[in-house]
Amino acid sequence: MSKLLVTSVGPATSVQDDGRYGAQRYGLTPSGAVDRLALTVANSLVGNPPFAAAIEIGPFGAVFVAREGKVRVALSGAERNAEVAGRPVSFNESCTLGDGDTLTLGIARGGTFSYLAIEGGVRGEPMFGSLAVNARASLGSPFPRPLQDGDALDVDAAKAGAERRIDLPAIAVDPIRVVMGPQDDEFGEATDQFLASEWKISAMSDRMGYRLEGPTIAHLHGHNIVSDGTVNGSIQVPGNGQPIVLMPDRGTSGGYPKIATVISADLGRFAQIPAGRNFRFRAVTVAEAQAEARAMAELLRSLPDRVREVRDADMTDALQNANIAGSAVNAFDSGT
Amino acid sequence: MTAPLPPPRLLPSGDAAITVEFGRAIDEWANRRVLALDRALADTPIDGVTETVPTYRSLLVHYDPVRIGFDELGERLTALARLPIQPTTEVRRWRIPVVYGGEYGIDLEDLARTLNSTPDDIVARHVAGDYRVAMIGFTPGFSYLSGLDDSLQMPRRQNPRLLTPSGAISIGGRQTGIQCLAGPSGWHLIGRTAVRTYQLHRDPVFLLEPGDAVTFHAVDSRQFIEQDRAAARGEFVAKLVTP
Repeated sequence: MSKLLVTSVGPATSVQDDGRYGAQRYGLTPSGAVDRLALTVANSLVGNPPFAAAIEIGPFGAVFVAREGKVRVALSGAERNAEVAGRPVSFNESCTLGDGDTLTLGIARGGTFSYLAIEGGVRGEPMFGSLAVNARASLGSPFPRPLQDGDALDVDAAKAGAERRIDLPAIAVDPIRVVMGPQDDEFGEATDQFLASEWKISAMSDRMGYRLEGPTIAHLHGHNIVSDGTVNGSIQVPGNGQPIVLMPDRGTSGGYPKIATVISADLGRFAQIPAGRNFRFRAVTVAEAQAEARAMAELLRSLPDRVREVRDADMTDALQNANIAGSAVNAFDSGT
Repeated sequence: MTAPLPPPRLLPSGDAAITVEFGRAIDEWANRRVLALDRALADTPIDGVTETVPTYRSLLVHYDPVRIGFDELGERLTALARLPIQPTTEVRRWRIPVVYGGEYGIDLEDLARTLNSTPDDIVARHVAGDYRVAMIGFTPGFSYLSGLDDSLQMPRRQNPRLLTPSGAISIGGRQTGIQCLAGPSGWHLIGRTAVRTYQLHRDPVFLLEPGDAVTFHAVDSRQFIEQDRAAARGEFVAKLVTP
């Protein structure tokens, strides 16, 4: 067994997996990774089950140290500078930390959350089938709270074998797609304004909810409804008319009208929009949203097949390609 | 043959949940239909439905869109919702001890003044109530009860408190509630119970179910302290009267 020591970490960094389901009827929110695709990509690179627990790293930097043996890890999600002993580490590629090696991560660029998967997963005691941290309910393992400086995680010693990388399809930068409702009839023409406007995610956002900045969305009949159930991606509009998109640590019920719901296939992409960047929403039908959900499920299923070993042969190919390119340049040069 | 009940409204909550809405207000009949549909789904599960969340007026049905589509699920839910409600034979009834007023219910005196009454009278009316768990939500174990005496209704506080204690018994609008975890609340605090509606490492972790009946009885602070210790050891403290 090895250890992964958390030597420096900002807020909003916690162990997350697929979340815990089945107890929303008792007020227990599911929690879990905000970007499921990035979580599954990182896990597939170290041979873990797709939704194994990993470290969800918030926008600030972090430093980890391997102890008592080697540790194989992989990073995915929001890109950031990453290096081990001065050597850069690539995202979407596994990497083995030697005993005593330090992995240093900078602040997130072009996203918010990165995922650090560890070969063999994170060891802990599942509660309701999940290790995901839900600090308000004192749930999560090995710590029922976000990670802090000095925490040590028990992890598997890295197995022998080649490192792996993955080729991912490009992620679209289209509008965030929503299904209108369940209470869009509380807004009338303000729904057009909601769809036509540019929005920003406020810095006052967290795993419970992302606050949006933009025009004020007016209610037709006031902002109180009799509380009903919420889902990940519910867009509720409180009294001040500034929508809040509910995230995995949301309350399971709420008393504000919900104008629309982010489609499940776009939840991860939405969660990664950096604070302050403009984006728009686009309405789709439930049928279109469900076709996207099936396509996303198919992409997640295909991840293990997209993983390639990083072999010396790849190096040779790369060198050969470089030589061919070099020859072409030479040929071109000689032709002039 | 009983005529089928009017169909509920089917509102999409994104691509992986349907809000089955039986009414728009807090209404006993709507809540009975919510709980009846919830029970029907538990008795005859629909493949692809992953979990349900009953609330006052609607049932939120989570499902996996890879396994079942909106139209098919909507039709099946509508058919189930239109069946006559079976009388519930086995309603669980809980007796829950509460220490009212003083430091345990800091809003009781103000509430009595506002309602032109006395703290004792407010407690007497609260204890006389026959309540039902209409829904559990917001935070783990927070149980919203229907059946509050009309004379005890009180709009929520202008300024919600950022921290209210675990076990708070409170009144908000037409509802009374049992809070489990300490947290923010805009309701009026009238007492406190040692009963933990949510406790890890206890079987069951969640004590109350939507649809359960609840009555309260008053205890003094000495009894509360003893019950709180017992509850910390994993005892229910609440008494199950029936079945």
